[in-house]
Amino acid sequence: MELRDKNVIMDEAAMRRALTRIAHEIIEANKGVGNAALVGIRRRGGPLAERLAAEIETIERVRVPVGILDITLYRDDLTTLAHQPQVHRTEVNFEVAGRAIVLVDDVIYTGRTVRAGMDALMDLGRPKCIQLAVLVDRGHRELPIKPDFVGKNVPTSRDEVISVCVREIDGEDKVVIQQIVR
Amino acid sequence: MGFDQRKDLLGLRDLGREEIEQILDTAIPMKDIVQREIKKVPTLRGKGLITVFYENSTRTRTSFELAGKYLSADTSNLAVSTSSVQKGETLRDTIKTIEMMGPQVIIMRHSMSGAPHYVARNTSMRVINAGDGTNEHPTQGLLDMFTIREHKGRLDGLKVAILGDILHSRVARSNIYGLLKFGCEVRVAGPPTLIPPDVERLGVKPCFTLEEAIRGADVINVLRIQKERQQAGLFPSVDEYSNLYMLRPDHLRLAAPGAIVLHPGPMNRGVEISSEMADGPRSVINEQVMNGVAVRMAVLFLMMGGGRDEAAS
Repeated sequence: MELRDKNVIMDEAAMRRALTRIAHEIIEANKGVGNAALVGIRRRGGPLAERLAAEIETIERVRVPVGILDITLYRDDLTTLAHQPQVHRTEVNFEVAGRAIVLVDDVIYTGRTVRAGMDALMDLGRPKCIQLAVLVDRGHRELPIKPDFVGKNVPTSRDEVISVCVREIDGEDKVVIQQIVR
Repeated sequence: MGFDQRKDLLGLRDLGREEIEQILDTAIPMKDIVQREIKKVPTLRGKGLITVFYENSTRTRTSFELAGKYLSADTSNLAVSTSSVQKGETLRDTIKTIEMMGPQVIIMRHSMSGAPHYVARNTSMRVINAGDGTNEHPTQGLLDMFTIREHKGRLDGLKVAILGDILHSRVARSNIYGLLKFGCEVRVAGPPTLIPPDVERLGVKPCFTLEEAIRGADVINVLRIQKERQQAGLFPSVDEYSNLYMLRPDHLRLAAPGAIVLHPGPMNRGVEISSEMADGPRSVINEQVMNGVAVRMAVLFLMMGGGRDEAAS
């Protein structure tokens, strides 16, 4: 599959502003963050969760726990895909039970990743509630899942790909919309 | 080539270093699952696996069954001692019958070396060798390597002593094949009648005494001695064996600092290993059991799973 860049839809400043706004929304929705924790879905959800935690700390002077969830073992389409499996560790080193957990991912598309994330989270304990924060919502949901906090809504066609780059992994911050060339 | 490209796991002899590393790396998150309160992930839902053991084994069979169950596969066990095999059914017919029942994976132990290789050539099911005769026991070798790597932080260049009945041991062979791929120095020691005459050809160093093998070793792997071997005249008496070859705490002074002690179990306490050693601080024998489940989960996942579609977020 070949991809051709179409547009940069978020640059570094836009990403920073979106994350700052989401941090404020998380604090407001939870009336503070005393009982909250952030869990990023590997891979790019992890750095985004860390950055949200830093924003929240700047605003509230409270450090919320941050974890990383690997959802490979929870996909419902493992055996229909031909890629090499790569399972990584789930690193949630705090008690999930009773907490308000904010799942963090870069893009929401079909909703299957988030569903897998919720399943994986539930196996670690029974959270008080699960909220969902995403940097980009590109539509085309296949499951009844709606994020609570969205950085940017980007209506897309199925022939497009949203590529989120974060400096921790990719060396730069940007969100690009790409066209699949067949 | 990744291990996930293979149809079968028959031995470590023909596995590449990268394939072994892929399995050991995958076993790390699997061990997290084994240690969790809810030991269950949905990965292999709808997949079937069957254990067919022509030789008795409780721990290996149970370990495979639990590994499958933790990954949500449907596991079943053919009890050979009460099956049609006792009525003279051939191995090939038994396997064909099992195949028609629809499992994707067959996990097999057999007293004949090469039996799983024969089965693998004659079935579309994936075959995992759970021990064949005196040939190999690959998942035991892998769990030993996983345990060593976990404690030592690496496999490369370690000095490993394997003690006991090397001649009949499939565990020893899988260990040797696997560890040599990581540049380990493998020494073997035991009664000369239980050391293969051309053991150097495997790439290991035969030692005349237990002490010689242990000197400077980072890892000591003690094998179970089958008391029947004494009846077969391969060593004079159990007492003499334990005098000369039982691992005792004072031996550890010869080993490298922080050396660890492995044993594939079940142990004959007071014969090949003293109780102080088996229960001592250097023993990782209980960890081996837990790691066995994690490694088998990794093998099943890689053989039956697929990958993550990065685009389908």
